[in-house]
Amino acid sequence: MAKESTFSNMTLTLLVITLLSSAVLGFVYELTKEPIRKAQEAKINTAISNVLPEFDNQPSAEATEVQYDGGTLVFYNATKGGEKVGTAVKTFSNNGFGGLIELMVGFNADGTIHGIDVVSHKETPGLGDKMETSKSGFSVQFQGVNPEDFKIRVKKDGGDVDAITASTISSRAYCDAVQRAYNALKEGGK
Amino acid sequence: MSQLSNFTKGFLRENPVFVLLLGMCPTLGTTTSAINGMGMGLATTFVLAMSNVVISLIAGLIPAKVRIPSFIVVIAAFVTVIDLAMAGFLPALHSQLGLFIPLIVVNCIVLGRAEAFASKNGVLPSLIDGLGMGLGFTFALTLLGATRELLGSGAIFGFKFISGDGILVFVLAPGAFFALGFLILIMNKLAKKQS
Amino acid sequence: MEYIIIVISAIFVNNIVLSQFLGVCPFLGVSNKVQTSMGMAGAVTFVMTIATIVTYMLQNFILVPLGIGYMQTVAFILVIAALVQMVEIILKKVSPSLYQALGIFLPLITTNCAVLGVALLAVQKDLPLMQSVVFAIANAIGFGFALVTFAGIREALDLVDIPKPMRGAPIALLTAGILALAFMGFAGIV
Repeated sequence: MAKESTFSNMTLTLLVITLLSSAVLGFVYELTKEPIRKAQEAKINTAISNVLPEFDNQPSAEATEVQYDGGTLVFYNATKGGEKVGTAVKTFSNNGFGGLIELMVGFNADGTIHGIDVVSHKETPGLGDKMETSKSGFSVQFQGVNPEDFKIRVKKDGGDVDAITASTISSRAYCDAVQRAYNALKEGGK
Repeated sequence: MSQLSNFTKGFLRENPVFVLLLGMCPTLGTTTSAINGMGMGLATTFVLAMSNVVISLIAGLIPAKVRIPSFIVVIAAFVTVIDLAMAGFLPALHSQLGLFIPLIVVNCIVLGRAEAFASKNGVLPSLIDGLGMGLGFTFALTLLGATRELLGSGAIFGFKFISGDGILVFVLAPGAFFALGFLILIMNKLAKKQS
Repeated sequence: MEYIIIVISAIFVNNIVLSQFLGVCPFLGVSNKVQTSMGMAGAVTFVMTIATIVTYMLQNFILVPLGIGYMQTVAFILVIAALVQMVEIILKKVSPSLYQALGIFLPLITTNCAVLGVALLAVQKDLPLMQSVVFAIANAIGFGFALVTFAGIREALDLVDIPKPMRGAPIALLTAGILALAFMGFAGIV
């Protein structure tokens, strides 16, 4: 059934197959480029509006990226009627149980935290994933606090944060990310 | 072999996970919940069915020595298709499954079926074989995912049945080995009773 | 310091087999004898390191500059398949004794998801070349460590009278589970 192998027909077959698959993939890539971009944009936009008070500008259109602590933080400024209402900071921590955790932390204009949303994480379902706003009230305890007088560390480490049961590592990473956002915001003076 | 038994063999008699012990990495790695297991299973089914069809069509044209590399390229192309499609339309599931989607390409089931079945059979039987094996794989992953989710957090597909936290270890890494070990143990026991 | 963290995290905390579930097929398949599992571990270390270097070059000097990142999976697996064949041929000529020891494991490595997995992870984490190499070697050691330990336990299990339905896969999986449980004790040390 299979043909005899000669150098030329082996090269030719592999070349044709690789070219054909590249062509197909290029086509599919073009097709899915828009939806992928939109899905990512939608995620960021939902996160921003979840963590900030009402605003009427397009924060994602005027984002500033800042290199900080070996990673990238993104600042989104929100205004209403031309007046600044707050800043959302996309922050990260590499110390999650499953590695990288990305959060969107919303600060009011006075520096207090308005809300926090999870952008992406790889924590264990049923345990660390309780950091998601939809899965438990873990993030609620951050709302309205000022990091100046609220220690963003789990109680085990002498802070004020109630950790998720049996997920101290995830909770620590969460705090790490929030603290990073606050530090950067303070230093950036925005 | 009739088309029907060709389709159903993947579910129990030749189930890739429970009987043949193939594709262990995604089986253990993605079954932290029923929905993740099912998503992974269906993505693999797509790759398996499509690559089986294409390979059954082109197998006669390929020189013997480059058979495996050619098959791998075909499979990798379909894996990338499903990877891109999921990133665009199911971003949440895509980020949960993460690395395991590109890794479908090295899932022994896919290359195994291409080599053992599709390269020797026609288009229709190959499609049915791919679908049957894929759905058998999906069945196994969903069952394992549901077991782990139920024991670990008292829920199936996110619906809570038991209040409280459950036996946490089952959603963690060791629980994957335990749950699969016991499921195969039960299957072995049942199979022996039958015969 | 950074290198030490990479090494410890890859071998103990995020062991590639026992917590990331990559390379489970060979882990269950060739772990009957300590001798063979050492051969497999050697072959994997060899291929994983070279594959990570080559895929790093491929990603950063070809795929990214050309803007065809979507060809990643296809390109990586082809490179790994070709690499395995090449290593096999070279080893046969240069060092027949090493080939004797590793030879039969090499064809199995193409479909070892640990190799592709580590190459993809190194690219995903955006590690520079030196760190990628350390990351690959550390993961290979972690793989070998888990494999050899497991083989040692299984050799002892051969002498035990195990209930019939538990023989084979079930007892192997349960043993692996207990081993994974032991490795969980390392969580949080980095």
